[in-house]
Amino acid sequence: MELRKSYFADQRKDGLHEIGQPRPRLDSPGHVTGKTAYFADRNFPGMLHLKMVRSPHHHARIRSIDTSEAEKHPGVVKILTAKDVPHNVYTILILIQVGPEDETVLADGKVRWKGEAVVAVLAETERAAQEAAAKVKVDYEVLPAVFDMEEALKPGAPLVNEYHGQNYYLYDSGECRKVRFGDVEAGFAEADHILEQSYQSSPIEHAPTETTGCVVMPEGNDRFTCYTNTQAMFFTLDNTSIILQMPGSKLHFVGGTVGGGFGGKVDVIVEPIAILGAKLTGRPVSFIYSREEEMQISSPRAAEKVVIKDGVMNDGRIVARQVTGYTDAGAYSRHSPYGAQKGAAHYPGPYTIPNVWIDTYCVYTNRTPSSAMRGFGVTIGDFALEVQMDKLARLIGMDPLEFRFINAYRDGDTKAHRQPTEGAALIECMQEASRAANWPVAEKYMAMSSYKKGA
Amino acid sequence: MALALQTFSTVGDANAALKATGTRYLGGGTLVVRAANEGDISVSGLVRSTDPSLSAIEIDNGKARIGASVTMAAIARHPELGAIAKAARAVGGPAIRNMATVGGNLFAPAPYGDFAVALLALGATVDTDDGEMPIEDFLAGRDGSRAIVTSVRFELPKAENFRFLKVSRVKPKGVSVLSIAAALEQAGDSTVSSVRIALGCMADRPMRARGAEKALIGSTLNQDGIAAALAAAGEGTSPITDPIASAWYRAEVLPVHLGRLLLG
Amino acid sequence: MAKVPVQFTLNGSEKAEFVEGGTTLLHALRDKIGDTSPKGGCHQGTCGACSVIIDGELRLSCLTLAETCGGADIRTTSGLAEAGVLHPLQRAFLDAFATQCGFCTPGMIMAAKVLLDHTPNPSREDVVEALSGNICRCTGYEPIIQAVLTAARANSQNAA
Repeated sequence: MELRKSYFADQRKDGLHEIGQPRPRLDSPGHVTGKTAYFADRNFPGMLHLKMVRSPHHHARIRSIDTSEAEKHPGVVKILTAKDVPHNVYTILILIQVGPEDETVLADGKVRWKGEAVVAVLAETERAAQEAAAKVKVDYEVLPAVFDMEEALKPGAPLVNEYHGQNYYLYDSGECRKVRFGDVEAGFAEADHILEQSYQSSPIEHAPTETTGCVVMPEGNDRFTCYTNTQAMFFTLDNTSIILQMPGSKLHFVGGTVGGGFGGKVDVIVEPIAILGAKLTGRPVSFIYSREEEMQISSPRAAEKVVIKDGVMNDGRIVARQVTGYTDAGAYSRHSPYGAQKGAAHYPGPYTIPNVWIDTYCVYTNRTPSSAMRGFGVTIGDFALEVQMDKLARLIGMDPLEFRFINAYRDGDTKAHRQPTEGAALIECMQEASRAANWPVAEKYMAMSSYKKGA
Repeated sequence: MALALQTFSTVGDANAALKATGTRYLGGGTLVVRAANEGDISVSGLVRSTDPSLSAIEIDNGKARIGASVTMAAIARHPELGAIAKAARAVGGPAIRNMATVGGNLFAPAPYGDFAVALLALGATVDTDDGEMPIEDFLAGRDGSRAIVTSVRFELPKAENFRFLKVSRVKPKGVSVLSIAAALEQAGDSTVSSVRIALGCMADRPMRARGAEKALIGSTLNQDGIAAALAAAGEGTSPITDPIASAWYRAEVLPVHLGRLLLG
Repeated sequence: MAKVPVQFTLNGSEKAEFVEGGTTLLHALRDKIGDTSPKGGCHQGTCGACSVIIDGELRLSCLTLAETCGGADIRTTSGLAEAGVLHPLQRAFLDAFATQCGFCTPGMIMAAKVLLDHTPNPSREDVVEALSGNICRCTGYEPIIQAVLTAARANSQNAA
C-alpha cells in the first residue's frame, strides 16, 4: 500500500506508524483454529428449541388462534402468544424518544406483513417444534394490502399500521423531513437546463453467513444470560428490559462476536421472546433463524425512491437541486425513520449548491420491515445522485469528472443544512482518482485545493 | 418424531421399505437431508441401499452404465468419461460433487439438476428396480416414482459431439440461470445430421428443445445456419422464476446462450 | 425417542455417541461431541461453512447423517494445529488477513486443505475452483485466495 503524503502535507503531523502497516487482527487466531465462540457454539443440556409460526398473509385480521393440538404434540414444552408478552408493543428507537411504539413482539389481532411472528413454539427438538408449529391453527380474515410507497401515500390506501394512523412517519417537521436553503424556484428560473429524473431500488438482504439468533440460559440467581449475535448490544438489552418489564440487572448479554452482520443484526427480534421462553419454562432456549428466515424475515435494506430535479448552467454550476426521497419502512418503523432522516441530511451530496429543497418520507407498506444496512439512508441516495451528475454532465457536454470539480464542496462553503464545511477532501480524492484511473482533467482542476480557496 | 434411517444391502429390500408413507430414498443427502433441515416434516423415514452395483461405473464398447449412487466427482475424474465430465463438474462446489449422485440429480427440481440435462441430451435410459425407461418418460413421471433408480445407461458421445453450457451469475460457480446440453453430429459436408438439445431451468425439470433441433437438421453451424434454431429455442418452454432469475430473463437469454454453445 | 449409535475417528481420536435418528454430522459434532469448528450457515449445502473432511474427501456435514459415518476418518479445522503449532494454512490465513468475521474460515480452511493434499502446487484457478462451494459474505475472497497460495508455497519450500 502506498501513502501519498503530498496531500495536506502542511496540515498533518506526520507520525503515522500503524496506517499502511499489516497488523494481525486480535480475533484471527480464534478464527483460524475454529475456537472463536459464536453464540450458537454454546450448547446447554436440556436446551429447548424455539420455532415461530408466521403469517402467510401480507395483511390480515386474526380472528382466532388455536394452539390446543400443538400443545399436545410430543416434545412440546411451551407455546407463547401475544398475551404472554408483558409489554408486547414496542419500537426500537423509543430509547432515543423516536416513537410511537408500533410493532408487536407476537401479533395481536392483526398481521401487517407476510412472515410476521404470531405464535412461538418451544420444544425438546427442532423437529418437534416444527411439527407442533404446523398444528397451530390461526384463522385469518385477509385484508387489502399495499406494497408500493406512492400507492400507500394516496388517500384511501389501506392503513398499514394503526399506531401511526397514516402510512408515513410523522416527524416533528410534519409528514417528511425537510431542508430549505436559498430559493429553489428562483434557481430553476435562472438555470440554462433543468433535468428531473427518478431513481429507485429494491430491498437488499445482507445474507450474513451466520443467521440471526440467540441462546438463553436461565441462571440460578433469577438472571438470564443471553448469548447473542446482535450488532446493537445495548439497544437489545434496553428494549428487552422494556418488553419483558424486567430490570436490566436481571439481563446479562454476551455478544460482540458476529458471523457477518452488515447492519442486519441491529433489530431486537429474537432475544426478548427467547428470554421470555427461558423464564416461563426455566430451561435454556435456542432461537436461531433458518436460512429461509434470514432471507425472508430479517430486515433488509429499505427499498427507496429518489426524485431529483436539478437546474444547471452551461458553465457547469448546479444552481438548484430539489430532492424528494421515499424510504419503504415496510410494516413497522424499526430504524427507518432515522434512515429517511439521514437521507435528508445527506442530500444534496458533496456539492455546493446555492438553492436546495429536500423532502424525505418514511413510508409504511405491507412489506417486510426494513432497517439498517451499511450506510442506509445514504447508499441508494449516492447511487441516484452520482447517476444524476453523469446525466447532467452529458446534458451540458462536459466531462463528468470536471463537472464534479466545479461543484465539489470545499472548506468554508455553507452546506444546505447551514453548517460550514470543514475538513473536506473531495477535490484531493478526485485528483488522485483522476491519476489512478488515467482519466485526465484540465490542469486548473489538478491545481485546486479543498482548503485553499484561491487555488 | 425423529427421522429414522434404514440401510439395506439389496435394492429390492430398500425398495420394499420405500413403500411406507413418509419415506424417501437417501442418496447423497443434498436433496432429502436439505428438505428435512428446512423443516419438511412430510419426511419421517429414510431408506438407503449399500448395494455395490449402485456405485459402479462400467464402460463397454462405447456404452456407459453409471450406478445411481455414483457421485458427480467420480464421473468428473473417470478417465473414460471425459466427454461428459464438464456436465458433472458444473454441479455444485467440490463438497457437493463428492456427495451429489446421478440418481439424485434425476430428481433435482430446477434450478438444480444440471447433470440430468446432459443425460437428457444423451438420450439416456434410466434403470429402476421396476425396469427400464427412456429418460424423457422417467422425468415426466418422476413425481410419482416410487421405484429406486439403479443406474443410467447411454452411448458415450465423442467429445467433439457433446456440448454443455451452464450459465450462472456467480463465478466460477453458482446456481443455474439455465443450462444447455447438446449431442450433435455433422455429416461430411459439415451440415448437422442429428441433434438432441436439452434445456435446464426452462421448465420445472429438464426438457428437450425440439423446435431448435428440427430447425438445425441440415443446417451449417454458422450465424445464418443457426438463426432458425435460435428463433425456435423457446418453443414449449415455461421457464422458472426464482431468486436467480425471472422467467422473462431466462427466456430472453436462452437464444443468446444457445447461439454461443452452437458456434463455440 | 430412539437413539442410534455413531462411532468414528475425529481428528485422530475415537468418538462414540448416541444420537437421535436423522441427526446430521454437523449437529453431532457440535452439540454432542463439542467440536464447534464446523459452522451451520445455511443447512442446505450452499454456504460451505460446515465443510469437513471425511476419508480424505471434502463433505458438507450439514447434509451428511451422522449414522452414515460409521468407522469414518473425520477431520475438522479444530484438529489441524499440531501441539499448538498452526498448520501452514492457518498461519497463512492469519498473516494474509484472510479472516474478517471468521464464520466461513473453518470451512474455507477445510476446502483448501483437501486441495493442497491432492494438488500441492495449485494455480490460482485451482484455488478459486476449490473454494467455489464456500461463501464469504464479508467479501474477503482475494486475501483468502492469496493465503492458500502462500500456504502452498510454504509447503513446497518445506518439502524441498
